[in-house]
Amino acid sequence: MKDDEYIPFNEEKGTESIKLDRREFLKLLGGGIIISFSVGDLFALQQRRRGSGYPEDFNAYLRIGEDGRISCFTGKIEMGQGIITSLAQMLAEELDVSLNKVDMVMGDTALCPWDAGTFGSRSTKYFGPPLRQAAAEARAVMIQLAAEHLRTSEENLISKDGMILMRKKPKIKVSYAQLAKGKKIERHLEKKPQIKHYSKHTISGKPADRSDGRQKVTGEAKFAGDIRLPGMLFARILRPPAHGANLKNVDTSDAERMKDIQIIRDNDMIAVLHKHRDVADKALGLIKAQFEPSTSKLDNTTIFNHLKDTASDGSVVTEAGNLDEGKSQAGKTFDKAYFNHYVAHAPTENHTAVVKIEGDKATVWASTQAPFRAQGEIARVLGFPSQNVRVITPFVGCGFGGKNQGPQIVEAARLAKLSGKPVQVAWSRKEEFFYDTFRPAAVIEIKSGLNSSNQIVFWEYHNYFAGSRSSQPFYNIPHHRVLSYGGWGGRGGGGSPHPFGVGAWRGPGSNTNVFAIESHVDVMAEAAGMDPLEFRLHNLTDDRMKRVLRAAAKKFGHSFSKAPSGKGYGIACTDYLGTYLATMAEVNVDKRTGEIRVDRVVCAQDTGEVINPEGVRMQIEGCIIMGLGYCLTEEIRFKDGRILDENFDTYEIPRFSWLPKMETVLVDNPEMPPQGCGEPAITSMGAVIANAVYDAIGVRLFVLPMTPARLIEALNKEQNVTGDKNRSIPLPTIS
Amino acid sequence: MEKNIHFKLNGKDVRLTSSPERMLLWVLRSDLEHTGTKYSCGEGFCGACTVLVNNEAVLSCQYPIQDVSGKEVMTIEGLQQNGKLHPLQTAFMQHNALQCGFCTPGMIMGAYSLLLRNPQPSSREIVEDLEGYLCRCGSYNRIIPAIQTAARTMKGQRS
Ligand code: FES
Ligand code: FES
Repeated sequence: MKDDEYIPFNEEKGTESIKLDRREFLKLLGGGIIISFSVGDLFALQQRRRGSGYPEDFNAYLRIGEDGRISCFTGKIEMGQGIITSLAQMLAEELDVSLNKVDMVMGDTALCPWDAGTFGSRSTKYFGPPLRQAAAEARAVMIQLAAEHLRTSEENLISKDGMILMRKKPKIKVSYAQLAKGKKIERHLEKKPQIKHYSKHTISGKPADRSDGRQKVTGEAKFAGDIRLPGMLFARILRPPAHGANLKNVDTSDAERMKDIQIIRDNDMIAVLHKHRDVADKALGLIKAQFEPSTSKLDNTTIFNHLKDTASDGSVVTEAGNLDEGKSQAGKTFDKAYFNHYVAHAPTENHTAVVKIEGDKATVWASTQAPFRAQGEIARVLGFPSQNVRVITPFVGCGFGGKNQGPQIVEAARLAKLSGKPVQVAWSRKEEFFYDTFRPAAVIEIKSGLNSSNQIVFWEYHNYFAGSRSSQPFYNIPHHRVLSYGGWGGRGGGGSPHPFGVGAWRGPGSNTNVFAIESHVDVMAEAAGMDPLEFRLHNLTDDRMKRVLRAAAKKFGHSFSKAPSGKGYGIACTDYLGTYLATMAEVNVDKRTGEIRVDRVVCAQDTGEVINPEGVRMQIEGCIIMGLGYCLTEEIRFKDGRILDENFDTYEIPRFSWLPKMETVLVDNPEMPPQGCGEPAITSMGAVIANAVYDAIGVRLFVLPMTPARLIEALNKEQNVTGDKNRSIPLPTIS
Repeated sequence: MEKNIHFKLNGKDVRLTSSPERMLLWVLRSDLEHTGTKYSCGEGFCGACTVLVNNEAVLSCQYPIQDVSGKEVMTIEGLQQNGKLHPLQTAFMQHNALQCGFCTPGMIMGAYSLLLRNPQPSSREIVEDLEGYLCRCGSYNRIIPAIQTAARTMKGQRS
């Protein structure tokens, strides 16, 4: 969103440190008709919002302006996932206006009510339904007003394309703009109004192009780093070479001699500031600093054992039946472990923030997924009341969970206060790799068993630090137990299991869990003498899951055989927070180089009612492509607290040449409310590729990413095993 | 030592005084406030900072300002003609060849330079030429046909 698209903000009113009352709050918005509504648990909301200065009984609203334009105000943000379009579609549909009449005002703490943040593929799922109801309410208000205006009764009126017209004499009509003119009406959505049946939809459910496309292709779209303010300085901050390395001594004299350089030292932070970023960079390079070595002695080869050693007691995620009983029924048993390394978010836009302080008020532009959290943090650091801090979220260049936290925002705020100037902090790529909250390295151990009719009778699941999302079995397994020994988040260092920060990463927990679960299912399928699709259908009772599997298989067009068939076909399915999907892939493995080439990926997804089919397909495709990275190459290498991958030369992310042929199937399910779609399809990528590799060459990889070196190593091991066809799968290599 | 540097930026004369080894990216983004050109990796590994110098794509984060002296620089801001979008821009929109849009200016400039050299590239040629351009959102599959659509439109405009 461009800065000037924000409604002019009355700083006087909007930042008073007394609590705003509803009337004042609404005054900020100007005239028109306003419908406020709440999303989720209102009580929790009130608790968290207490004292933030906002009215406490709603957390989103929409306005029909006096010009007939519709604005939706939400604390959600747009980072490429496309809710700027899909939410607008839902609103336009219900209110009967064209899509281009809708403005989404997102992630501005002064204009938008409190919101926890944009993550977990939740926006459409949780925000969409109440938004629809609010829009339906707004339409009802329009009809009421039109009835007065046209001196007729409401039953005689219909709404169409921003107009209310007489059902019988459509020439007699009045526009929303005319009706909103000079009005100041506020309604709070109390009861749920009737919303349209999906079969009547003309905007929602139809492909819509991105509404932010034009700004993005012209270079006009503003990201936080594009904000320019008079007198603004760019700050570069001295960083330790390793996590846990403390500063011993520092000499800034050479940097100080540079022209117009300002140096700020504040406790642990040493920063150089200049009006040009590259000059600040140069000054930073002149600082001589010595650090104590890090106390961390971990690296990629020792991390998995370390994680298991430091794990706390397990907690039960879910269980059923009795494991001992299940074990006694099992004829064949399996015991495998699955591993994945740390993975970076690697957003194209590095963490960036600009902070301007005037008196006791601060304005902040930040690349963040959680503007209200940032607001709170800055208020604390600066000692300002929250309502004196306005966080504006411009466009965000990728998030994927990596921008839930915003240490760069706090850095910019501290420096703006100390320097007395507006300050921009934009991390370098090296800082981005250093301070990322990585997807955690994790270990999954699964013990399971089949009875004589090839039914999975027990399932014992031990999860070390992946996070428990998607770890609940969706197969029909009478005796199961899922244990978790630590989640996906944590600051790192000190007594914590990880040497650096870890956190949510697109589909948190699920990528690791689905890799383990669906690899393991293939291991069992082979032992059962069944093809992997047949084996899955045999062990599923969930019809929705069977349906997506069949839909994917139909599109895939090839039939599966018992693995390894030499064909290189893989399959995986999962339930991600209510979105069901099945993925099938074709790979080619070069046994000489160890390289895996993914030729084709088919993904069938049931995401409930689809709002923007084009948007859903884009998310699935993006998931597939991004997913190839953590399958094949992406692994943060580290040693003694140092992050060895500092840029895209060694940390390889997917490129043009990796592109597989991709086909998406949107499984029709309009009766179910819309589910999330920004993350689900990435979570099945590890297993579908591992299973396809096994099908191609009969070698299974238990460690992600499946690098050429790991593949060659596994192949060599395979050759050293004698030609016993009934041998067990090679044990995982921890490397 | 600072030097006087002259060049053309999107058709307009620019004169500035700068130390000659500063990189074009920063001069564009901070001195000249042309923020369409993006900073992402800063070391020549991603293509986000691509601009044209005398019609050739260069990575502006690696391109010293002294080397543009007397040359023509074109950035994403210079692609529109009299408020009319370039066919590449329209095609990127039409194909939804972007998500977050952060890589988009660099992608479009890279594609522009490709089309100057090769007006009708095959998808293979596009992949080879743009291999150094990264899109974390994974829009590659839409960027390729977008470039080909633009190529067709441009051919139509020429004939
Ligand atoms: S920013 Fe110049 S190549 Fe990445
Ligand atoms: S569109 Fe987001 S990086 Fe390319």
